[in-house]
Amino acid sequence: MNFEEFAAKPLLAVAGISVPKSQLATTPDQAREAAKTIGGVVIKAQVPVGKRGKAGGIQLASSPDEAHMHATNIIGMEIGGLTVEKVLVEAKSNIAFEYYAAILNDPETKGPMLMFSTEGGMDIEEIAENTPEKLRKHAIDIRVGLQLADSKSLLYGLELQGANDKVADVLMKLYDAYRANDAELLEINPLIQTTDGDIFALDCKFVMDDSAIKRHTELATHGTPEKLTPIEQVGEDNTIKYIELDGNVAVLANGAGLTMTTMDVVRHHGGNPADFCEIGGEAYTKGTIALKMVLEKPGVKSLVVNFCGAFARCDVMMEGLLNAWEELKPELPVFFSIAGTGDEEAIRMLKDRLDMDPYPNMDAASKAAVDAANAGAIS
Amino acid sequence: MRILRKHHRVIIQGITGKQGTFWTERMQEYGTQVVGGVNPKKAETSHCNVPVYASAIDAMKVGEGFDSSIMFIPPLSVKDAAMDAIEAGAKNICILTEHIPVQDVMYFMAAAKEHGTMITGPNTAGSVTVGECFQGFMPAFNERIFKKGSVGVMSRSGSLGTLMCQNIVSAGYGQSAFIGIGGDPIIGTTTRDALEALDNFVGTEAIVMVGEIGGSMEEDAAEYARSMNKPTFAFIAGGAAPAGKKMGHAGAIVMGNKGTYASKKEALEGAGVMVLDTPSHVGDALKEALG
Repeated sequence: MNFEEFAAKPLLAVAGISVPKSQLATTPDQAREAAKTIGGVVIKAQVPVGKRGKAGGIQLASSPDEAHMHATNIIGMEIGGLTVEKVLVEAKSNIAFEYYAAILNDPETKGPMLMFSTEGGMDIEEIAENTPEKLRKHAIDIRVGLQLADSKSLLYGLELQGANDKVADVLMKLYDAYRANDAELLEINPLIQTTDGDIFALDCKFVMDDSAIKRHTELATHGTPEKLTPIEQVGEDNTIKYIELDGNVAVLANGAGLTMTTMDVVRHHGGNPADFCEIGGEAYTKGTIALKMVLEKPGVKSLVVNFCGAFARCDVMMEGLLNAWEELKPELPVFFSIAGTGDEEAIRMLKDRLDMDPYPNMDAASKAAVDAANAGAIS
Repeated sequence: MRILRKHHRVIIQGITGKQGTFWTERMQEYGTQVVGGVNPKKAETSHCNVPVYASAIDAMKVGEGFDSSIMFIPPLSVKDAAMDAIEAGAKNICILTEHIPVQDVMYFMAAAKEHGTMITGPNTAGSVTVGECFQGFMPAFNERIFKKGSVGVMSRSGSLGTLMCQNIVSAGYGQSAFIGIGGDPIIGTTTRDALEALDNFVGTEAIVMVGEIGGSMEEDAAEYARSMNKPTFAFIAGGAAPAGKKMGHAGAIVMGNKGTYASKKEALEGAGVMVLDTPSHVGDALKEALG
């Protein structure tokens, strides 16, 4: 789950990292009031995407009226396909140097990775691509945690204008915040040194590990949930993974890998998938809700159902799906491929209740669904 | 990565739960040597005809000892269960659970590395040593999916691995072993580890890899594939997936240019691995290679 700047920075402050004074505003009037109390400010669009500055979403204001004017322009602006609904009114900082600091979960070392660069303010992907020698990394043993000596040696030899110890201390606190909040990524970019030699976090990106949300339920209410379509929201509420796509061949399968592959095979045969709808894992008893969701999407011309039971049993999935089918009696052409645990019972149920046979494999079922969708689209 | 054999003594952590019971019975029927189970609340009882211990450490000390542990444990309890098994001296641990907090995973991964414990998963469907034993919740006993043969199969996804195995059997071939590695971004046994284990596994003449978009495990495995002499095939799921979306598995997400279908296909083909357009093509590919 992503946290926007205004929700992420307080976590740094709790860990003892300095952040500029700020107030959140949802209207230009609020922005003006905030500027009156804070003084010289920066108006910053709050959207969970990068490159806000380039899009014009970050503006300096030297007076409350200017703050009002910039907030008027920024609120309602589109950045990265998202509409800006709020701005952070933040005290202007006197920046002397900009650094980059982050901790993330690293699949390669299978542990936390601390990263630091003197090239702050830029996109980290750009730093890694263009000047990899300027990105310093330290793999952390999570059982021991980050040690001050390691934090200092990561910065050793870097010209930080005498602030090495202060920055090392910030890295220690960053690690504390990363651990305390089950971060998948906690990034400060830029981490600045002011003209007075103080270290401040000017921006912060925090991604919470989705699997850890259940032990941070209060904090999670401050996160920005992924923007879902109404059908996707139904899936989310029923713990069914549903992703709406732009095609007309609906896909219903069990297991992430199998569902993705069904989409691939639909595409391979010249079709265009309408969704990714997966009822694997613990969701395998939810065939009824899944079928209703799949049918809900407008413009669907055919449906391919691909069950391959391992943990999820084909007969249980089929039972739910047939119940919904008999209730809704859809006109939609449907094509089945069934194999694995419980396949014989599922095939028998399909014959008994819909008088249908499955196709011998997913290619045949998917191809038939694509052909039906194409025929339906022409007529 | 060690492939499970029937002489390996196995304990089941979480043996008394519904899924633990169901799959323990299937594993016993198939040939897995289950020597005990763990449930702190039901110590000194018996379940599925084996003794239940308070901990894996007890199973090692009080019981007759064990080589491997298989876990049917809810997400937030896995860290403690894994640490118990690691400290008990387990050689292998198979973790089926999905949605374990990643910082917990990294914690027991670090401990496992130090103790020399091999971890398969998390979020794996398990593995099958065909005709011998299996672990996890794979339909090893379904003869249309698993038949003794010479094709080694590895997969990130359980359902897609199952489908690939069925295609292999319906084409007239069988498998030596199947290894499910799991769909999480941070896992113990990687694609490369599984490929190497299958390459060295007795009776394996060809290998089928089932990968997914996201991460760089297929690219890493391609490095190993360069050194192999056995015919190797791959199918990579997610070619039609939109960028930036987690496709059901936490590990299956394309970010920028990383983890794309194109990058994996290029790396594998460069290493002499034939990349299949759809899983149904595996039969023809094997006929070409094995006759």
